[in-house]
Amino acid sequence: MALYSDKVMDHFRNPRNVGVIEDADGVGEVGNAKCGDIMKIYLKIDNDVISDVKFETFGCGSAIASSSMATELIKGKPVSEAMELTNKAVAEALDGLPAHKLHCSVLAEQAIKAALKDYYDKNGIAYDESQFPDCASCGHCDV
Amino acid sequence: MQIYADNAATTKMSRTAVEAMLPYMEEIYGNPSSLHSVGQKANEALADARKRMAACLGCEAREIIFTSGGSEADNHAITSAARLGEKQGKKHIISTAFEHHAVLHTLKRLEKEGFEITLLDVHEDGLVTAKQVSDAIRPDTCLVTVMYANNEIGTIQPIEEIGAVCREKGVLFHTDAVQAAGHLHIDVQAQNIDMLSLSAHKFHGPKGIGALYAKRGIRLTNLIEGGAQEQGRRAGTENIPAIMGMAAALEEACAHIDENAARVSALRDRLIAGLSEIPHGVLNGDAVRRLPGNVNFCFEGIEGESLLLLLDDKGVCASSGSACTSGSLDPSHVLLAIGRPHEIAHGSLRLTLSEETTAEEVDYMIRAVSDVVEYLRSMSPVWRDLTDGRRSFVTK
Repeated sequence: MALYSDKVMDHFRNPRNVGVIEDADGVGEVGNAKCGDIMKIYLKIDNDVISDVKFETFGCGSAIASSSMATELIKGKPVSEAMELTNKAVAEALDGLPAHKLHCSVLAEQAIKAALKDYYDKNGIAYDESQFPDCASCGHCDV
Repeated sequence: MQIYADNAATTKMSRTAVEAMLPYMEEIYGNPSSLHSVGQKANEALADARKRMAACLGCEAREIIFTSGGSEADNHAITSAARLGEKQGKKHIISTAFEHHAVLHTLKRLEKEGFEITLLDVHEDGLVTAKQVSDAIRPDTCLVTVMYANNEIGTIQPIEEIGAVCREKGVLFHTDAVQAAGHLHIDVQAQNIDMLSLSAHKFHGPKGIGALYAKRGIRLTNLIEGGAQEQGRRAGTENIPAIMGMAAALEEACAHIDENAARVSALRDRLIAGLSEIPHGVLNGDAVRRLPGNVNFCFEGIEGESLLLLLDDKGVCASSGSACTSGSLDPSHVLLAIGRPHEIAHGSLRLTLSEETTAEEVDYMIRAVSDVVEYLRSMSPVWRDLTDGRRSFVTK
């Protein structure tokens, strides 16, 4: 059996929404180079809808595929819906990830949320802090 | 195009080795312990293989014990030396920080039993010195175990000098020669080696078979109890086909060792020169004192697993010391031992060549690696930070 599902390999080989949005309304970066994964998400938001999203990722195949899938799942969606994205949804949309790679989907969820938090902060929109778990909550690495 | 550049992981079996095995599956299939003629034919073959292996290593036939591979041989040698030391009240062992896990994990087990383990630091060039060993030896040292050549970065250790230091101080010396056997000259007497481990599948022999050389007079502790095979030192019916394949492969490798080394190291140097053109990459391990087929680089701003997957798409089979490929959180202990920071160690690539590698393949690999590194960097936030000056380059 191959390490990854066909879906993961497809999103890894042909990642959607790679790049940078220069005038992004929200930017989020999670992970660290020491652990070997960093994801950066750029959001363009018009009328509370995610009109564009781009990502940059330093990491393994499943990290790149998770970023790609997460951006696809929120593109064109209202901010409120994007806030409900879960790592589980990312992993399921990829037809599953190996157990030791599940943290990649957690990282993708956190990267999206970090970008949304940045958007809220920039626009003075109030939010509940508990909606934004920090990087350490994933428990994958102890850095 | 399919290019196999992971020969440090395992090699393709040679035709010679395959053909040496075949008769012992269907024709001479006897148990060497049996008294009847079918068994005795197998026993003769076993004795002959042992003699031929011994000739390749410069030892006596009875000093060779067949094992299931390199890991078992390492476990056997180290455990035996520890038990011998224990009896004399000597419970200190010296090794290096970048040994194979078959050695490191055996040492860890002994540490739990009360042994004291000194792991020598490895210099940035991937080498330890005989002086380091000499300085670390204490009156209660019972074993020094230092690998002949490193499995990841290919650096060749000064085995003969380390052996001389050990001999002078009366300490047993074991070397894990799994990567060296069949590729570098071995003469256990001239090199002052008391125990040596090797594995057949690293030199075009079959998997699941290896050998331990233990100098006459060293009392071994059995890892596997049972019948009286291997002079009572390793129970279990001998894997005759594999042993025949191993002996044939080692003989073939040793007969052509100099010409193979010259040819393969020329290709290695061509590959190193080509990959050195990629900016912000660094060769791991000394450029000269390394195995003929080993190339190992770290590239900044990328992660090794994605590099491997994309190279595989281009037909290149390679390996990496990144955490993601090791299944652990930390990148390769070898790269950390030579002082590479985590960030860089995640972006490592090992390409290991064989006698079958061609110059065309080397040139293809240089292009493939350059393209994949450039592509992954183009989507890496770390690379963007490095090029924008928000993060500092570690390499030139």
